[in-house]
Amino acid sequence: MNIIDIILQLADGMMVTIMIFVLTLIFSIPLGLVVTTGRMSKNPLIRTIVKVYISIMRGTPLMLQLLVVYYGPYYLFKCKLSPEYRGIAVIIGFSINYAAYFAEIFRSGISSMPVGQYEAAKILGYNKIQTFFFIILPQVIKRILPAITNEVITLVKDTSLAFSIAYAEMFSGAKALAAAEKSMLPFVAAAIFYYVFNFAVATIMELFEEKLNYYDI
Amino acid sequence: MSVLEMNHIKKSFDGNEILKDISFKVDEGDVISIIGPSGSGKSTLLRCATFLETIDDGELSYLGEQVVGSQDGKAVYGEKAKIKKAMECFGLVFQNFNLFPHYSVLKNIIDAPIRVQKRKKEEVISEARELLKKMGLEGREDAYPCQLSGGQQQRVSIARALALKPKILFFDEPTSALDPELTIEILKVIKELAKEKMTMVIVTHEMDFAKNVSSKMIFMDKGLIVEETTPEEMFNSTNKRTMEFLGKYKNVK
Repeated sequence: MNIIDIILQLADGMMVTIMIFVLTLIFSIPLGLVVTTGRMSKNPLIRTIVKVYISIMRGTPLMLQLLVVYYGPYYLFKCKLSPEYRGIAVIIGFSINYAAYFAEIFRSGISSMPVGQYEAAKILGYNKIQTFFFIILPQVIKRILPAITNEVITLVKDTSLAFSIAYAEMFSGAKALAAAEKSMLPFVAAAIFYYVFNFAVATIMELFEEKLNYYDI
Repeated sequence: MSVLEMNHIKKSFDGNEILKDISFKVDEGDVISIIGPSGSGKSTLLRCATFLETIDDGELSYLGEQVVGSQDGKAVYGEKAKIKKAMECFGLVFQNFNLFPHYSVLKNIIDAPIRVQKRKKEEVISEARELLKKMGLEGREDAYPCQLSGGQQQRVSIARALALKPKILFFDEPTSALDPELTIEILKVIKELAKEKMTMVIVTHEMDFAKNVSSKMIFMDKGLIVEETTPEEMFNSTNKRTMEFLGKYKNVK
């Protein structure tokens, strides 16, 4: 088997990996914003709950979290697990984990904003929601983009952890193929795939950064 | 009817009394300069008048409508709608401009009138261009704040405040972040506004300018108004503290 054949064989898995990646971003970024709101809430109870949540998400392995999300409903509530749930569990597990990391990045960005921006917006009559979405958030995005890029690149590689609940993404395919063919080539193909994927991600994020370079803070 | 009336305003920060008992009013067309040493409470007074700080005790009215009342030695703020209405009366120009860096000059000026006041875009844009012309910033509407000098940024922020058509405009040390040359740019603009009978309250350290432009001057020290009078009388004051403060200034000259 040559490398092209291997890549073709792994193509389905690659699509699954990309899907995990995309869905996780779609869910974890907005969720991260919500988590930040809780983390920065004036209510000490909400703040503490969110702090504990973030602490657990960052303090335990993602692989373990995936296992809990997947097997938890069965052991805790004796739910019967449908085969579809496997994919859903992967997305839930990744999303709640990444939301915690994104939330902390958002928080660092938001608290780095000078208070004068809020004051100017208040004087001009913007309400709180307008102030956040039109004045604060666009500037926060510029400030945190490099940190977000780091996180997104890590996510690309972390998708391989879906194998821990036997979800057939690209890397589990590569491992199976390597065992069957008694060859290292599937791993080489996997490495090339991740590298190219991340290269694309980094390039796209760089474009975003350049686009936001039209002003200085 | 006064545009702004403040009565017996008190404000402390962590037990530190910054405003002890301040009363003053601003009538239409007044240009009032507030002078005084650093820490005398000038800026805090403006921040209380503009709802950036909450008053501990005292009364605050805009256009004859009381927004903050005093009850049992505590300030009681009116309902949200009332505060919102009061906030539409005034504009504030900050010491460090606080322009929105991600918006172009034009967008800085037109965004609030369009988004907040829901006015027609074409109308707001043509008014904004007029304002820019007045501020000597013709042709800079597509620039971003970071591409402008401090003086230009401050002029944009004055235009931004004027675009909302306030009844009264507050200036919180508008030239303190600028070098002498740029300071003159801003003072010229404020003088121009005074000629047009814009009601203004200016916290400033520019004594000559204050003397020149104001219809009334207020000298504050240690959270109290020491003197409130015309510029001529202020500079010929026989009050010991006023003489001391202005005397130091005269000595330098």
